[in-house]
Amino acid sequence: MSFLFTVSPDFTPDRLSGWYIFNTWLQKQTGVAIHLEMYSGFNSQREAIRQDEVNLIYVNPYDAAMLVREKGFLPLAKPVGESDEAIIAVSASNPVSDVAELAPGIRLAFTDDPDVKMMGMIMLEPGDLDADNMQSMPCDTYVQVAKHLLRGEADVGIFLAEAYDGVSEMIKKQLKILVRSQISVIHHSLMIGPGLLDKREQFQQCLLGMTEDEKGRGVLESLGFKAWEKVDDEEMEFMIDLMDTLTI
Amino acid sequence: MINDMNPRDIVGEFQETVLNLYGGMQRKVFYTGIETPYPDGKLIVSTTDPTGIITHVNQAFIDMSGYTEEELIGAPHSILRHPDMPSAAFKDLWDTVKKGEKWQGFVKNLRKDGGYYWVKATVVPNIRKGVVVGYTSVRRKPSRTKVEECMKLYPTLF
Ligand SMILES: Cc1cc2nc3c(=O)[nH]c(=O)nc-3n(C[C@H](O)[C@H](O)[C@H](O)COP(=O)(O)O)c2cc1C
Repeated sequence: MSFLFTVSPDFTPDRLSGWYIFNTWLQKQTGVAIHLEMYSGFNSQREAIRQDEVNLIYVNPYDAAMLVREKGFLPLAKPVGESDEAIIAVSASNPVSDVAELAPGIRLAFTDDPDVKMMGMIMLEPGDLDADNMQSMPCDTYVQVAKHLLRGEADVGIFLAEAYDGVSEMIKKQLKILVRSQISVIHHSLMIGPGLLDKREQFQQCLLGMTEDEKGRGVLESLGFKAWEKVDDEEMEFMIDLMDTLTI
Repeated sequence: MINDMNPRDIVGEFQETVLNLYGGMQRKVFYTGIETPYPDGKLIVSTTDPTGIITHVNQAFIDMSGYTEEELIGAPHSILRHPDMPSAAFKDLWDTVKKGEKWQGFVKNLRKDGGYYWVKATVVPNIRKGVVVGYTSVRRKPSRTKVEECMKLYPTLF
């Protein structure tokens, strides 16, 4: 029997092969047969979670509460130095310099990345902007969000900060950041669930030891991570409580 | 324990009053008309024990309140109580979170230097294995229109 591992659909596209490499490495280290399933969107992934098909997941902070409180998942680790931050940007030619100057009715471009969208909406609140008085422009990628701004099809965009920082200089020159979040305690994490819980410590040891040999370091590199760092139960509970305050 | 404010910490011209806090505590406070703007993109976070004693604060909390971490940890959360805040707001906060529900509201907070800052606060109970072990409050930047509504409303609640 093999266990099912899945990755939050908002993973950086360049890292797809990295997750397969990681899964192969993990199986060798732990001796556990694990199948990696990449879902195309949050809805299909959540459905698999609801059907109790998932045993291991690299999860978006938005879904962590459901996994812990309804499905009995526990945290293993998070990538060192990585936190989820959001950016509110407009076209460089837009005279607006503060969210408070934005008017109701504006067109908002965003992706379906749930925690980034949530942080973005919170940063728009000081301008009295909410889902009811903005026009939604859902996008598949952050590059699309940028393109909508450049073409004048959207007025404001919500970006994952890392994705914004990664777009080409030529595009960045034509954009302007209004707000960048500095929250630092909201992050993706690797979590282990029913079926594998008895192996939590073994998995944790493997992950934390990855920097110690060359193979492990190579695998981390293909994921774009420096190292894994342990997440204990209370840190996860704290993040869930924090997310809880932000979803209203 | 909560100490009176110290006039030497105050920046600018100030007024003085005595707050009657929970449990019969009194605190002499000094307050000015100087507003510190909410820092863009940040969340101000604190956690208390079940009685409202501060157990954790983040850096933004320290920066905005003007107190050191040592002064904050172990102090009652009313260390930020501003005389312009009606006690009905805090009664509502406590009644709500004690039922296990989320509370959200706009709060004017008092800084160590006598100045103030407005926040939009959300408070949730921290439930661990079915037991309330404390409360967490996360504040975000409020909209100016909401703050102006509160500036009109709150004086009518005394
Ligand atoms: C998690 C949490 C955060 C709080 N944050 C504040 C705050 O920022 N400012 C404030 O004046 N009161 C805050 N309070 C309410 C205080 O505990 C207190 O009720 C209030 O300052 C009024 O003082 P009193 O209850 O002694 O009359 C908070 C309470 C909790 C549980």
